[in-house]
Amino acid sequence: MSATKVRRLGTDSPPSRASKLLQNRWAGLAGLLVALLAPFVDATPYALSVMTSAAIAVMLAAGLNIVVGYCGLLDLGYVAFFAVGAYTSGVLATRLELPLLATVPAVIVVTVVAGIVIGAPTLRLRSDYLAIVTLGFGEIIRITANNLDVTGGPSGIYGIPHLVEGPVAFYYLTVVVVSLAVLGAARLGRSRLGRAWRFVREDEDAAEAMGVHTYRVKLAAYVAGAVWGGLAGVLFAAHLSAISPGSFTFLSSALVLMAVVLGGMGSTPGVVVGAVVISVLPEILRDLADYRFFLFGVLLIAFMLLRPQGLWPARSKEVP
Amino acid sequence: MSLLSVDDLRLSFGGLVAIDGLSFSVGEAEIVSVIGPNGAGKTSAFNCVTGFYRPTSGRITLRGRDLPGLRPSAIAGLGVARTFQNLRLFGELSVLDNVRAGSHLWLRQSVLDALLHTPRYRRSERECTEQAHHWLDFVGLRGDRYGQARALPYGEQRRTEIARALARRPDLLLLDEPAAGLNHGEKAEMLDLIRRIQALGVAIVLIEHDMGLVMEVSERVVVLNFGREIADGRPEDVRRDPAVIEAYLGGDPAVLEESAPEETVLEEQTAGQDSAGKGDSAKADSAGGDAHA
Repeated sequence: MSATKVRRLGTDSPPSRASKLLQNRWAGLAGLLVALLAPFVDATPYALSVMTSAAIAVMLAAGLNIVVGYCGLLDLGYVAFFAVGAYTSGVLATRLELPLLATVPAVIVVTVVAGIVIGAPTLRLRSDYLAIVTLGFGEIIRITANNLDVTGGPSGIYGIPHLVEGPVAFYYLTVVVVSLAVLGAARLGRSRLGRAWRFVREDEDAAEAMGVHTYRVKLAAYVAGAVWGGLAGVLFAAHLSAISPGSFTFLSSALVLMAVVLGGMGSTPGVVVGAVVISVLPEILRDLADYRFFLFGVLLIAFMLLRPQGLWPARSKEVP
Repeated sequence: MSLLSVDDLRLSFGGLVAIDGLSFSVGEAEIVSVIGPNGAGKTSAFNCVTGFYRPTSGRITLRGRDLPGLRPSAIAGLGVARTFQNLRLFGELSVLDNVRAGSHLWLRQSVLDALLHTPRYRRSERECTEQAHHWLDFVGLRGDRYGQARALPYGEQRRTEIARALARRPDLLLLDEPAAGLNHGEKAEMLDLIRRIQALGVAIVLIEHDMGLVMEVSERVVVLNFGREIADGRPEDVRRDPAVIEAYLGGDPAVLEESAPEETVLEEQTAGQDSAGKGDSAKADSAGGDAHA
């Protein structure tokens, strides 16, 4: 590679063997392998349902990671895009009797528009104000769905067709889609745009001085997050075949954010691990009945106290 | 035609007048220094040129194009790069990534390229990394390039910030106190670096308190006091200007004449550590009344 021709003055220390093994590519393949083999361990409908939900949560976390982890925009209403995606595909599939796959282009268009509509006025705000406004938008979307006739009001939409027949096939389809989404998000993170997101996160003024149109770049992060969330919504609608406003509460937004923070903001393997923990841990604790969420909360607090940087934080050192 | 031309620039924040009629111009590949006591409006003038402040009145043109009203990123797009007085590196990111920021404006790569890892993506990423190494070599960075920028020693961070600005390939570079907080040896290297940047054909506007450096490197010196321009000329003329000696130095011409390096170094280290930059308030007592501006 011609880069080696460059004379290096610096004291570059090469990456250790361990960090090479943990490189995203190998970690990603290992994670994919685990996901593909999981049904061979336990393929009861309950287990498959939990695993499918976990995969969808991974996709949501990957999308929110673009917004919060890469770009540093605190979004407390991320589930709004999840709802927009789920409702768009659900409504189109049931009212127009379209196959679910045919609704995907419409979902992408609608979520992009939703991302711009919500993002354009709010992204001029900084940190705390943005968090509050996004929190409001999350609630607005849910309450709107609750009150419109086309969305079925409080009882929502049911009878949404499946994407493929059988829970095993759907699980594998979900794994493939989510893997592509995670890979895509990671690749965006390592691009010119992804660097611009991090520049904005680190220092907006310095980024602007280097020619980064910070507003546009933030909007791009928001729209990318919206599309990821919307597509996860399609999977969600297909998975449950019924959606209602109760699925898109602030708690869902908070849990996805929790997955990102718990795993390690800005770290692709981190948010995957975080999302799996957030969605599987309550199931493991199910035997505790009423104490389940109490212990869940205690464990989350313990995680964050012991590893405030996240379970699998983003690398602080660049691997050449 | 000059590259940058500032004409009767005025800036006030409410009742406080930060800049009160500043005019100067910078030719291609010319080095112009802006000096003056703290609070004289030097950094405010930089912020007006780079689009971070909107001037109250006056004209700023780059190759005849009006700058006020444009976003800072748009002004950067026209070929202006800057450094900041208090170091604005992307601390959590690697040193290389910091310098890669300079490539943002010229790197041709679409989102689709990035998603599909097309040959164009690989080529542009390689070029961007090579350029980052090139500019880090150019500024003579010795620290770890793959580690976080905030882990670098102070002087190395200054170099990194300049490398980042150079990676933009600017025509005009604004350096806000590049030698602040540097030791004697590092200042000599900074002087050499500024000359080498000029040799690339880049025009430089320099804010600097180190008179030795300013007198050595500048082709012209603009002196500000209380936001008002009190002198504009060649260094040897400015240092003899009675108004400059009176206003800027409180009547002590020795600093301009001799500029004993040790003395100024001490001052600048305090100024560098203290973001408010009260380093030479003792020297500029008579002028320091408006140091908050």
